[in-house]
Amino acid sequence: MSAHHDAHHDIALARNDGLKPGDVLLDIRNVSLAFGGVKAITDVSFDIRKGEIRAIIGPNGAGKTSMLNVINGFYTPQEGVIVFRGRERRAMKPHDAVAQGIARTFQNVALFKGMSTLDNIMAGRSVFMKESLFWQMLWRGRALKEEIAHREKVEEIIDFLEIQHIRRTPVGRLPYGLQKRVELGRALAMEPSLLLLDEPMAGMNLEEKEDMSRFIIDVNRQRGTTIALIEHDMGVVMDLSDRVVVLDYGKKIADDVPEKVKANKQVIDAYLGVAH
Amino acid sequence: MLYRTAGQFKTSYAADHALFPVRQDAWLLGVIMVLAWVVFPLAASDFTFQALLIPVLIYSLAALGLNILTGYAGQLSLGTGAFMGVGAYACYKIMTIFPGLNLAVAIGLSGFFSAAVGVAFGLPSLRIKGFYLAIATLAAQFFLVWLFEKWSWLYNDSASGAIQVPNLSMFGLGVAGPTATSITQYYFVLAVVSLVTIAAINITRGRIGRMWKAVRDMDIAAELVGINLMKAKLSAFAVSSYIVGVAGALFVFLWRGAAEPNLFDIPLSFRVLFIAIIGGLGSVLGNYLGAILIVALPVILNIVPEALGIPVSSSVVEHLNVMTIGGLIIMFLIVEPHGLARFWAMIREKMIIWPFPH
Repeated sequence: MSAHHDAHHDIALARNDGLKPGDVLLDIRNVSLAFGGVKAITDVSFDIRKGEIRAIIGPNGAGKTSMLNVINGFYTPQEGVIVFRGRERRAMKPHDAVAQGIARTFQNVALFKGMSTLDNIMAGRSVFMKESLFWQMLWRGRALKEEIAHREKVEEIIDFLEIQHIRRTPVGRLPYGLQKRVELGRALAMEPSLLLLDEPMAGMNLEEKEDMSRFIIDVNRQRGTTIALIEHDMGVVMDLSDRVVVLDYGKKIADDVPEKVKANKQVIDAYLGVAH
Repeated sequence: MLYRTAGQFKTSYAADHALFPVRQDAWLLGVIMVLAWVVFPLAASDFTFQALLIPVLIYSLAALGLNILTGYAGQLSLGTGAFMGVGAYACYKIMTIFPGLNLAVAIGLSGFFSAAVGVAFGLPSLRIKGFYLAIATLAAQFFLVWLFEKWSWLYNDSASGAIQVPNLSMFGLGVAGPTATSITQYYFVLAVVSLVTIAAINITRGRIGRMWKAVRDMDIAAELVGINLMKAKLSAFAVSSYIVGVAGALFVFLWRGAAEPNLFDIPLSFRVLFIAIIGGLGSVLGNYLGAILIVALPVILNIVPEALGIPVSSSVVEHLNVMTIGGLIIMFLIVEPHGLARFWAMIREKMIIWPFPH
């Protein structure tokens, strides 16, 4: 076990962005997002610090997934600014976000169903692979060298997530829990400095949840990857996260360490409902 | 029993990335290669070359081109016939302008013209997909065939409106035109098809192939793992149309010998699409299996009743052919949407684990 962990320790997967743990990696300032007349997010501000696990929680329809979509450039907010690694940005394309080091997983698994586990994770390395059509055609020299170099990285992830046995299986045939794990693998292959996880444990049984929690902690501690996660299982959220931001009806109602959030009156009201 | 993978261990990723990780597959391909390069040419009659071998190869190549676009990148196209036409007319014009040029070079160049036209008509794919894209490629089909008819410069202003392949030779051997022998034409086509197939296999299993398949399986997720959709789609159109164009040039120069615009009309597009579907979308092997079936079927329907002494008129054969192909397509769409290639994959899997069921 320890040899296994050491092997991963020296993979400097987290990008060198010149930030120290605890510095602000992503700062969301007064962001508002609306779809026509429907306000999904209203004037929300919070930050994500390097090296932490940041949970975003809230009841259904609170705007959590919309928030992730804003962070990775899928939606452009009407108001507010997002500062990532000290640089302000407003409109961007999702593949730009990837190039900057933001990777994510989805609430409903969004894998490439016809491709094997290996190919899915290899696809996560597309941003790093450059060899031209000419070399690809020959499958010799540079293209093969590149392919093998990235295959080695991918195999490290496969070992890390303990999915060696399904390497060649088309992911469409895998059970849900494993699909979630492959999706995490694909996101890790992008070597993100910020990893967004949208309900990584939805629909899992206890054992699968334990495995996934272990992977999330390992990713955070060994690779130094900053994680923002949305999760409904409060036990998991409270155990895993360093800080929790709570959204309700698109507004921020709390932002604190897990113990304080748990005791927050507004949060309890939002979750349990309150008689007006 | 012969198909055992036991004891074949990979000790490097390079070995794991080999084209045939299973040794028996390499042997099987070796046998097929010997058949294709030695046995068939020695044994085949002129009729076999012209009615079976050469058309199977050319249709396989066209289907391979379409398969890259539709099977790998998930972009439906109904304009294959017209893109073949672009390749053929481009080759014709190149040979007219540079009469001394090597035919192989001319065919290689003509692919670039169809690639350019393919990319141009692929631009709508950035905005639309599925059936709507199919309609856009259908527009290409009608427009290009109209162009082949109306733009007389393309057929050197000949009165018939058709293009006629002149006598062309390479290294002293006639490869195209009325004097060319079937066997040289066969070898020429086989060499081109083999090279393009190797290139296609290499592209589809590497970075670019993964990019295409990712776009096919879920384009939004592809974008979110950092794949540029525009590059992925347009490169699929370019590579696909290049291969289709080369197939079109071979189609006219090495097989038909002459062509009129309506040769490239929609029935040809459908024929190639049927080969790709029956053979198996998203597979290289499938194109060959599909082409063998589609090309051989009418020949078999013609020969078998005759050999059995049953009098069948040629129109009956024609109808039987259409009915059988129609029936096969419906059967494949229902029973095995991944086509003949999947059947082979299943047989292979069964053989590897035989005599155990799983």
